[in-house]
Amino acid sequence: MCTGRVDMEFVLRAFLNGMDGVFIGGCRLNECNYITHGNYHALNMVHLLRKIMEHIGLNPERLRIEFMSSAEGNLFAEDVNDFVKTVKESGPLGKGEGIDENELKSRLEAVTKLVPYIKLAKKEKLALRLDKVEDYNELYTTDEIARLFDEVISYYIDPDKCQACGICLRKCPVEAIVGDKNQIHVIDQEKCIKCGTCFEACPPRFGAVKKIVAEPVPPPIPEEARIIARKGA
Amino acid sequence: MEGKAGDFKVTLLKKPRYIREDKCTGCTTCVEHCPVKYPDQFNQDISLNKAVHIYFAQAIPLIAYIDESCLYLKEKKCGICTAVCKNDAIDLHQKEEKIEVEVGAVVLSPGFEPFDPKLRDNYGYGKMPNVITSMDFERLLCSTGPYEGEILRASDRKHPHKIAWIQCVGSRRVTPGDNSYCSTVCCTYTQKQVILTKDHDAEAECTIFHNDIRSYGKDFERFYERTENLPGVRFIRSYVTIGREIPESKNVTIRYSTPEEGVKEEEFDMVVLSVGLNPPADFKNLAGKLGIELDSHGFCETNPVNPIETSRPGIFVSGAFKGPIDIPESVFTASGAGSQCGTLLDYRRGKLTEERIYPPERDVSGEEPRIGVFVCHCGANIGRVVDVPAVVEYASTLPNVAHAQEQLFSCATNSAKQITDMIEEKGLNRVVVAACSPLTYEPLFRDTLREAGINQYYYEMANIREHDSWVHSKEKEDATQKAKDLVRMSVARAALLQPLQEIELPVNKAALVVGGGIAGMTCALSIAEQGHEVHLVEKDTDLGGTARRIHYTLEGLDVQAYLRDLVRKVYQHPLIHVYTEATIMESTGYVGNFVTRVKSERGVTEIKHGAAVIAIGAEEYKPTEYLYGKDDNVFTLLELEEQIAKGEERVTGAQSLVMIQCVGCRNEDRNYCSRVCCSNAITNALRLKEINPQMDIYILFRDMRTYGFAEDYYREAANQGIKFIRYEPDDKPQVEAVEEGGQHIIRVTVTDPILGKKLEIDADALALAAAVIPSATSNEVSQLFKVTLNQDGFFQEAHVKLRPVDFGTDGVFLCGIAHYPKLIPEAISQAYGAAGRVLTLLSHDIVIASGSVCEVDENKCIGCGACISACTYSAIEFRETRQGKKAVVNPILCKGDGLCNAKCPTGAIQLKHFTDEEVLSQIDAAVPALVEVH
Repeated sequence: MCTGRVDMEFVLRAFLNGMDGVFIGGCRLNECNYITHGNYHALNMVHLLRKIMEHIGLNPERLRIEFMSSAEGNLFAEDVNDFVKTVKESGPLGKGEGIDENELKSRLEAVTKLVPYIKLAKKEKLALRLDKVEDYNELYTTDEIARLFDEVISYYIDPDKCQACGICLRKCPVEAIVGDKNQIHVIDQEKCIKCGTCFEACPPRFGAVKKIVAEPVPPPIPEEARIIARKGA
Repeated sequence: MEGKAGDFKVTLLKKPRYIREDKCTGCTTCVEHCPVKYPDQFNQDISLNKAVHIYFAQAIPLIAYIDESCLYLKEKKCGICTAVCKNDAIDLHQKEEKIEVEVGAVVLSPGFEPFDPKLRDNYGYGKMPNVITSMDFERLLCSTGPYEGEILRASDRKHPHKIAWIQCVGSRRVTPGDNSYCSTVCCTYTQKQVILTKDHDAEAECTIFHNDIRSYGKDFERFYERTENLPGVRFIRSYVTIGREIPESKNVTIRYSTPEEGVKEEEFDMVVLSVGLNPPADFKNLAGKLGIELDSHGFCETNPVNPIETSRPGIFVSGAFKGPIDIPESVFTASGAGSQCGTLLDYRRGKLTEERIYPPERDVSGEEPRIGVFVCHCGANIGRVVDVPAVVEYASTLPNVAHAQEQLFSCATNSAKQITDMIEEKGLNRVVVAACSPLTYEPLFRDTLREAGINQYYYEMANIREHDSWVHSKEKEDATQKAKDLVRMSVARAALLQPLQEIELPVNKAALVVGGGIAGMTCALSIAEQGHEVHLVEKDTDLGGTARRIHYTLEGLDVQAYLRDLVRKVYQHPLIHVYTEATIMESTGYVGNFVTRVKSERGVTEIKHGAAVIAIGAEEYKPTEYLYGKDDNVFTLLELEEQIAKGEERVTGAQSLVMIQCVGCRNEDRNYCSRVCCSNAITNALRLKEINPQMDIYILFRDMRTYGFAEDYYREAANQGIKFIRYEPDDKPQVEAVEEGGQHIIRVTVTDPILGKKLEIDADALALAAAVIPSATSNEVSQLFKVTLNQDGFFQEAHVKLRPVDFGTDGVFLCGIAHYPKLIPEAISQAYGAAGRVLTLLSHDIVIASGSVCEVDENKCIGCGACISACTYSAIEFRETRQGKKAVVNPILCKGDGLCNAKCPTGAIQLKHFTDEEVLSQIDAAVPALVEVH
């Protein structure tokens, strides 16, 4: 396992569990003993997540990545001491930022829920490896992250168009689509990870899955209204 | 040493370490208590260490030794270490031991000795505290160095701001006590030191005084450029002398001269002497005992066509003992020496190995987790900081823990027995050991589980030593709490661990070598001599590659005679199959199991092989500059050599001949040095002088890069009157064809930097040192074998220093100038090196792939491809299914880094042993409130 294995979700989970800071220590850049260079991936992820933290009102200094070799114990100690100092100065998570506990939890949960969506939306950028460490500072902009959250995509099945063919239901990776034969399919928005698989899968002649940008999703149609009456049936 | 190749009897004298190696666990309790402080040899005597200490943080074995400063050894006093060692590892009465070993072959790798500038008092080293050697500076830079990574002056412990490096200290000089050769590594290590200095202090002013910058290695030219472009860095080409020490500041002055400003004296806060490489100290004596010859410099004499072979059969050499070399070349020779020992001893390969038999694995998948927790005291190492019994008591309250106990040393043999006994007695199915870093003992504990019939992946380690007791020795209560936290996290993960199977793959015993030049043939022969079939594929009609155009080396080897002999050996070897006029149509498979289709004069052949070696060579750049192709008397160095070999009058009879170096490289298009051209120019110039002593020869160069012993030939050329004129890249020589007095003349105009004016040279012939460029087929070959090229188009090894003949793709290896330009002896070394690496694979019947690899849950995969672009090993592919395209992992190619896992939006791809669930469970368990205790 490499630093590049550190998932955005791991970091968010630590904050959700009440940790005041998260430190990621990786091998020195450009000194990978393999051809993996996963520390760049971790660096990239950290920059994205720090911008997201800023967006939800958290102090991004609570997340830090440093690179060192196994022979640099004193450097590790120095970095960690410095980080602990920073975190202590920032105060407890939420409190330090003036956000109350419930609000903090709901913001972090909202971001955690969007992790799959963020990974997909930023797929190309997350795979980038830049030449210089400084270049990462510009990789993600504040506006870009604001847009990412303001223009969150949702998917919705138009009950008038759904033919209950079951294709989207079978393809959904998280079993977020409920439905049956002759029963209009409905996306469980709680489970949906916004990957768009249903949107791609819905046969064009039906065109039932809608992509909704930055707008609320219409409520699901009541269960009793989901039966499709077919001609001749 | 008695006996002969295949049957040596060697008597070794082992000095006492005063430590029982089988008892010492490297805990360093003794070091802490030792009252004697003594200059730390590893830190160049700059700081102090104890009489008992571990040589350095990464020493192998990581155990202590006692040096001559010990009070007990000197005066039979003290003995504190004996009292504090909990494992009875100290033995102050150890005696020198005579050991006799019977071996079939010997490899000499004694390395080198840094040049000692004290021997020449004109540097002021040892007298002026702020004049230090590059070895001293290296330690200053290191975070485990004397000042923990701070660069401080010895005189006042202040940060030096203005630092000078003096190159070639002890090298490239014929004065007594100095070495005539170039030490080859100093230019680049100095640049590294400058870069690191600037990392420490961005404002530092760094000045490098040099004569030529010899960045001839792979990627070194870019490194040089990077250093040169840093702000506050000056490269000054000048001989220097150390001036004086300023009494108040202890600063040191250096006198130097530049063409623009004449002689100057400048003050520096610190002066670093870039010392060269000497032969290992006192090796003359040992050479006598071993019966090997040394060369005139005191390094190991080797066979000109086998730089790994010493003058005595059965004794091989690797590393800098054969002359100053850099790390990659050192690694080639190490691996190559292994291969040559293999050839010598092949007839008894594997005769001393014994197979381990493990009991059958118990299927525990249906059982509830029953975790055993073993908390180690590590003597006093953990125990005196962490309250081990309290941790044990706490562990037994954790969910799924069926047994918890303490151990004095979990790594001791009796402790392993205790673990296996407990597994049986308490029906444990998972084990957590809370002890040290998994780096040291994880393999041992996994083995313990296997011995007890439990899958080895049911093991988890909590590091309560390096991560806890060692760093929190003054906060005992907190350290105990942290140990509990770490154990709780490990227990949480352990409960979720899955049994994993390592994959055993059969290995096809044959090898494919692509490219029939010197490197390819040498490699093929070395593999075949160790009993493996080799398929040697050459695109040309004949074997030989670039060497067919080379006639002699600097050292005087008759290349054509050598080549004929090599080709004959290849054709005569029954295990080598040669395919000429060949192209590779397709190559599929993976380590141990490749299938390659080759079209050749034999028709289409399907070759099954376990390993592949890429040795496709390189090409010569066809110049577009300096009238090449327009004037018959302008040719490349290789063409010149062919004409000299043929005795062509127009070159051998020329009155005046000019060579221009760096044609087509060290420029924007090809930002690398072709490494071989300086030596080749001198080889040919000397040959011409031998044939026609009256000839005027001019070599126009940018930096003469005659690294290593080639420097002696450079000096010889200068002594013979060959004129060397340096030119700047922005003021290149001008070449025009002129008819004068009925004669055809090539007129070369160049600025002479010493005279400071333009020189016109009328030459009969002009030879261009044309760059070595990647083979036209390298792109194709890289795609066929799924290996990568660097930005210059040469093949990219897995690691520039550590794995210079491996690719990132397992089972594929690299040698010769396909890797980077190199001289014939270097290519031969690398070829043996590649053969050595091939043999480490082919000599096994199976390859084992880790169980901790990635796996895709197809139901969750949405075919987004994020995992595929994250994988640097091409281990993931799309597969068409009825539900659309799905990612699929080839577990053989997967290296278990888990980058894909972190990129996957749906969690479809999981790194086994480090799944989301397993890691998140640990993150949750970090919070005590989230774990229910019983």
